[in-house]
Amino acid sequence: MKIVVGHLFPDYLNIYADRGNMAVLARRAAWRGHELEVRGLGADDEVRPGEHNLYYIGGGQDREQELIAPALAAHGEALRSAVEAGAALLAVCGGYQLLGRFYRDQSGDELPGVGLFPLHTVAGERRMIGDVLLECELEPGERRTLAGFENHAGRTYLDEGAQPLGRVLAGFGNDGESGYEGCRVGRAVGTYLHGPLLPRNPWLADWLLAQAIAHRTGETPDFERLEDDLEAEAHEVSAARARTRGGRF
Amino acid sequence: MPGKLLWKLDPGAVDRLAARLPQGSALVSATNGKTTTSAMAARILAPSFQLAHNRSGANLVSGVASALLAAREAELGLFEVDEAALPEVARRLRPRAVCLGNLFRDQLDRYGELELLAQRWRAAVSELPEGGALVVNGDDPQVGDLASGRAGAVVFGLDDPRHASPELQHAADSKWCIRCGTPYVYAAAYIGHLGDYRCPACGHARPPLEIVARSIQLNGLESVSFELVTPEGSRQVELAVPGLYNVYNALAAAGLSQALGAGMEDIVAGLQGFSAAFGRFERIALGDRTLLMLLIKNPAGANEVVRTLVAGGPPKLLLVALNDEIADGRDVSWIWDVDFEPLLGSLDRLVATGERAAELALRFKYAGMPATAIEVLPSLEQALDRGLQLTPAGGELVALPTYTAMLALRDLVARRGFVRPYWEEAAA
Repeated sequence: MKIVVGHLFPDYLNIYADRGNMAVLARRAAWRGHELEVRGLGADDEVRPGEHNLYYIGGGQDREQELIAPALAAHGEALRSAVEAGAALLAVCGGYQLLGRFYRDQSGDELPGVGLFPLHTVAGERRMIGDVLLECELEPGERRTLAGFENHAGRTYLDEGAQPLGRVLAGFGNDGESGYEGCRVGRAVGTYLHGPLLPRNPWLADWLLAQAIAHRTGETPDFERLEDDLEAEAHEVSAARARTRGGRF
Repeated sequence: MPGKLLWKLDPGAVDRLAARLPQGSALVSATNGKTTTSAMAARILAPSFQLAHNRSGANLVSGVASALLAAREAELGLFEVDEAALPEVARRLRPRAVCLGNLFRDQLDRYGELELLAQRWRAAVSELPEGGALVVNGDDPQVGDLASGRAGAVVFGLDDPRHASPELQHAADSKWCIRCGTPYVYAAAYIGHLGDYRCPACGHARPPLEIVARSIQLNGLESVSFELVTPEGSRQVELAVPGLYNVYNALAAAGLSQALGAGMEDIVAGLQGFSAAFGRFERIALGDRTLLMLLIKNPAGANEVVRTLVAGGPPKLLLVALNDEIADGRDVSWIWDVDFEPLLGSLDRLVATGERAAELALRFKYAGMPATAIEVLPSLEQALDRGLQLTPAGGELVALPTYTAMLALRDLVARRGFVRPYWEEAAA
């Protein structure tokens, strides 16, 4: 089956090896006999809800984020309705921030957001940099860990009642204080974790692919397990890093 | 480390030690190539001056202090300086010449964003002593712009579109006009975002070049030759190190040396006599095999290493060592931004090693290499032995280590008696 991915502003938002995430999605889809078709979405493209099964948006440096924020916000309504209609989405770091309601920088200026995630972000004084380990429960009863690396000056505050992606076991997380990281709305997840995220957390890649297929067919597939020894080893090393040195300025 | 101690006890001592140098100091900074550039400049300048030079790459203020302490008779200071440390070192040393090579994304966990670093460099340049020489790479939009408004600044760059990439590499960083944000149009893009650029909206463009490389001839892994064009004349240069990136390093060294008074003969002789900087392109004989070490530390630099390997006939066996100490970058995501793919066609086996060996193995697995062709051996010693075992007698093992892995590998072969330990070389 063909899974259509809308990759938002790939030329601008790609700082933390976002193409690693795309490579993992493509390979793991292919190993199950599915094809991932990635279509770049920039300022001049139209986001048509229903066209894409999965959206991806990565991180950029401040300058790049400033350059594209207005054009991304202009896609806001279409992106919100696409996710409401069941499209899956992964947003990482800067892309995660910009899918919130707004980003306020240190001088008090605001970048407009997409308003897809119920949160906002305010720039802080010190960057929160280091390895992170989360515990997530995206499916009831299935607790899994995510290991990654965070590097953000922004403090992200979830609205009352908003669902985080996970609980911080080690690291800073959304704001360094709440003990939560990321956000989830339907089949959309946003997070500060890069690394990139998916190679060492293949279960999340499989979850996103399954959600994308569910969006297309109405049924969540049961994937066969893949040989993930290397992935498990990389996860363990990264998790150990978070436990020993995550969450410290 | 006496420099570190001195720096702790008496930070001002660095300023006083440097002030005693009768010929003053020259600084070299860049994301990529600062060790090689300063080693080339040292080769050019050494016949004329007694140098204080931090040649093993200890490039923070403490490393500069060590080099000053170790060379009390020195006349001229020649220091490579960490990008983030440049403002402070420049403030303390009041250099008579500064050479700035390039800015690429590198260890974002340590340096922060590129834009911020560029702003700090701009401030450092504005505070340079009156009459101090500034030599910059015009092919890098952020760096080339530092010459604007500074009288006498020397700009270097490449002029040979035959060697341009067909498209901007993934690791290109400064792709948007520094004035107005519009994507630059490149008449030629050489390495990452380095090239001949122009903004179609506001016209911001590469500044005119004074030190230029033309008619570049790449000879695989062995060498590169080019015509060096300067205001003082033109000469043919044959470098004994490969790759376009070494042409940039040679131009930077030539520009800096010229600013310090070196003549064309010294420049050409120094460049041609240069073999390799510490761990950057180092061949070490290990009995009946050789080890070729090429340091990798960020996407743009690693891409050039890959490009050079491919041009020289890509290896069947590769040892890649990924550590995540502070000097390597705690964040290993950069390996996913390196274009390793051109190596895959001929690669039969990868020995992945270092603290993050498994992560590295995943990079190659998801690039399409069969997992069965990848061996994960986190211990550098085991990996080196395995690599040598897989290398036929008389053959060469190519190793791509990150910084601390390079030091550790060098240390390993030193303990086996094949090279001198780096601290002895640094003091030599």
